Amino acid sequence: MQKVYSRPKGLTDAEFAYCAGCFHSVAHRMIAEVMEELDIIDRTIGVCPVGCAVFMYEYMACDMIEAAHGRAPAVATGVKRVLPDRIVFSYQGDGDLASIGTAEIIHAAARGENITVIFINNTTYGMTGGQMAPTTLVGQKSTTCPSGRDPKQAGYPLRVCELLATLDGPSYIERVAPTNPAGFNRTKKAIRKAFENQLEGKGFSLVEILSNCPTQWKMSPIESLKWIDEHMTKTFPPGVFVDR
Amino acid sequence: MNEMHHEIIIAGMGGQGVMVIGQLLAHAAVLEDKNVVWFPAYGPETRGGTADCTVIISTNEIGSPVSSAPDTLIALNQLLLDKFAPTVKREGLILVNTSLASPPKDRPDCKIVEVPANDIAKEVGNPKAANMVMLGAYVELAKPVTLDSIKASMTDVLPERYHHLIPVNCLALERGAQLVS
Amino acid sequence: MTDKKLMKGNIAVCHGAIAANCDAFFGYPITPQNEIPEKMSELMPQHGRVFLQAESEVAAINMVYGAAAAGKRAMTSSSSPGISLKMEGLSYIAACELPCVVVNVQRGGPGLGNTLPGQADYFQAVKGGGHGDYRLLTIAPWSVQECYEFMPLAFDLADRYRNPVMVLMDAIVGQMIEPVELHANFEIHEYPKPWATNGARGRARNIINSLWIDSAVMEDLNNRLQAKYEQARRHEVRLWEYRTGDAELILVAYGSTARICRTVVDMAREEGMPVGLLRLISLFPFPEREINALAKQGARFLAVEMSAGQMVEDVRLAVNGLTDVGFYGRTGGSVPTPAEILDRVRETLHKPPVMSTQARREVS
Repeated sequence: MQKVYSRPKGLTDAEFAYCAGCFHSVAHRMIAEVMEELDIIDRTIGVCPVGCAVFMYEYMACDMIEAAHGRAPAVATGVKRVLPDRIVFSYQGDGDLASIGTAEIIHAAARGENITVIFINNTTYGMTGGQMAPTTLVGQKSTTCPSGRDPKQAGYPLRVCELLATLDGPSYIERVAPTNPAGFNRTKKAIRKAFENQLEGKGFSLVEILSNCPTQWKMSPIESLKWIDEHMTKTFPPGVFVDR
Repeated sequence: MNEMHHEIIIAGMGGQGVMVIGQLLAHAAVLEDKNVVWFPAYGPETRGGTADCTVIISTNEIGSPVSSAPDTLIALNQLLLDKFAPTVKREGLILVNTSLASPPKDRPDCKIVEVPANDIAKEVGNPKAANMVMLGAYVELAKPVTLDSIKASMTDVLPERYHHLIPVNCLALERGAQLVS
Repeated sequence: MTDKKLMKGNIAVCHGAIAANCDAFFGYPITPQNEIPEKMSELMPQHGRVFLQAESEVAAINMVYGAAAAGKRAMTSSSSPGISLKMEGLSYIAACELPCVVVNVQRGGPGLGNTLPGQADYFQAVKGGGHGDYRLLTIAPWSVQECYEFMPLAFDLADRYRNPVMVLMDAIVGQMIEPVELHANFEIHEYPKPWATNGARGRARNIINSLWIDSAVMEDLNNRLQAKYEQARRHEVRLWEYRTGDAELILVAYGSTARICRTVVDMAREEGMPVGLLRLISLFPFPEREINALAKQGARFLAVEMSAGQMVEDVRLAVNGLTDVGFYGRTGGSVPTPAEILDRVRETLHKPPVMSTQARREVS
């Protein structure tokens, strides 16, 4: 019998400690598969965020650096500039990338820094207990906006892809929603393209993955997928924003 | 080499070339194998603020780059003359650009040298060379370095876009020196 | 003429970094250190190395973190307010045991302060500055020549101890021009970096990390850091004594203030006062034993700083109550003159103050 599914070489043997149904596991696996497919595991350096994926270095089979909260694009820049023939990616959540690290991501994008950024947007600070994130939807409840995000008090969610698409630096920006088989395939393709671009020296590539947080959203994994489709995609429409 | 030690403060407005003549002195001192420190103080403005620098030239190793009582003040305008004249060492030397400032009356102990620097600079054909006239007068009086070393420092110290002014600068230096010799 | 060149301290730092085989510079403009990124933008590409102007001091130190993690010699430079912004990154770099060099051309503070000379970042430099128990090895040049020579030393210390090194300057040392000899009289050692995250080819993967959930593991890291700092205390104390042999009063100072104090010592000696100078070159490690030994011989101390009194606390700890430790400081960009320090020396030794030029004129 043919083996059609096995653990990708880009992952270590460590078991994911993520909550059941969480997309971090999905995104990690896809990155690992892409590294294996492109045969770059032994020349890739990943930079992990502060947030639920803070332990990403336990799971990836490549060299990994743990960055301070929000600073991953600057750390990745430092690595890439001194080792231009290596493949460098950052992996960041919405609090990390779109709040405390806004300056770093905008300028890495503006410089057209030849790195790959995987952006996990799940509208919440999962690790610290479900506080309001820069991408929390209007009306969405969190532990720091218990009656729902009120724009009068807390402003509006930040659309990272749309913001970065105004810049001349980025080579590729896409937002994906892996909530169904088609979206799943689209996500894998986008991650692969974001790494291929770097191999081709095309410059800054970012994939925003609309993600779930069943635990903080207080939903079953299945319900959380529906919630992404019904609510998140209204504020954060999937699509290709830059491809050049 | 005979032992010597000079502490000079050069002061004026930004744009008067205060820093440049300080650097010419410093460069000339290096040409003559003397020890030297040049230390600037600027106002926060890029243009039009005050500017002063301290130059210390010595045959000995130089300790403090800061002078509490300079033996010489080269003052290019009234404001800075008034500010620094009281700090000059007893029986020191004060060179006053009398085109723009009147000599201090409360330092009878000091040797006051009046140099109508802007007027002389106009005569030699470069009104901006008043700083060079002052420098020529000072070098002739105190002889911390030779006038030739100053001239030899011009190409290194001045930015290339001003190199065409070197002949007229040298003329201004000499006129300053002649005035006091 | 000798082969000496006239240049600013800030420019000499750049030549020193090139001589030290610095691979990458990341910086951000702030006065009075702007000559460093400006000169580096020219020198680094000329030598095939990396220069990048970062979007902030925060980004710059994190780029240094990345380049250092990749096994390269990396540095940044800034001035006081910008150095405050780098403290988060420095804590991470120290915790990850990565080598790097940070130059601080100190200015007047606190707050935005001014662009004039200051030494009020002493605590921040020698006590760690960011969060957690870590130290920066800190060295303080006092001449343009040392601005050049201390860069290879800084990179060597950084690699040897796998720790960030701070070159603590001030606006006088950075801005003054002196003759400097750009010699090559130092050995540049290559340190193997098997820990570097530069791609796991032919080896197990490397991880650069400062997150240790298990308190025993985190404490082990702390113990390792402390053992390293103890080694530095034993081997890296650098100081220079001037006329201390018979001195009853020893001035303690570093950087440009030490230069000023050297002149004060000569002035005091001319007046027959037994005064010496202890010039600190390494601020961390602090010359605790050396100062204690001088105190045991009965010498008194006068700490002189461009701060409201920071280094003096370490002098007092070293003296440990054996003798008196006085303090003279100027703040906010004001520079102490030799004459005003001499007045404090006379006061300490119960001599009448030196008359000001003005007062002497009135008497005469």
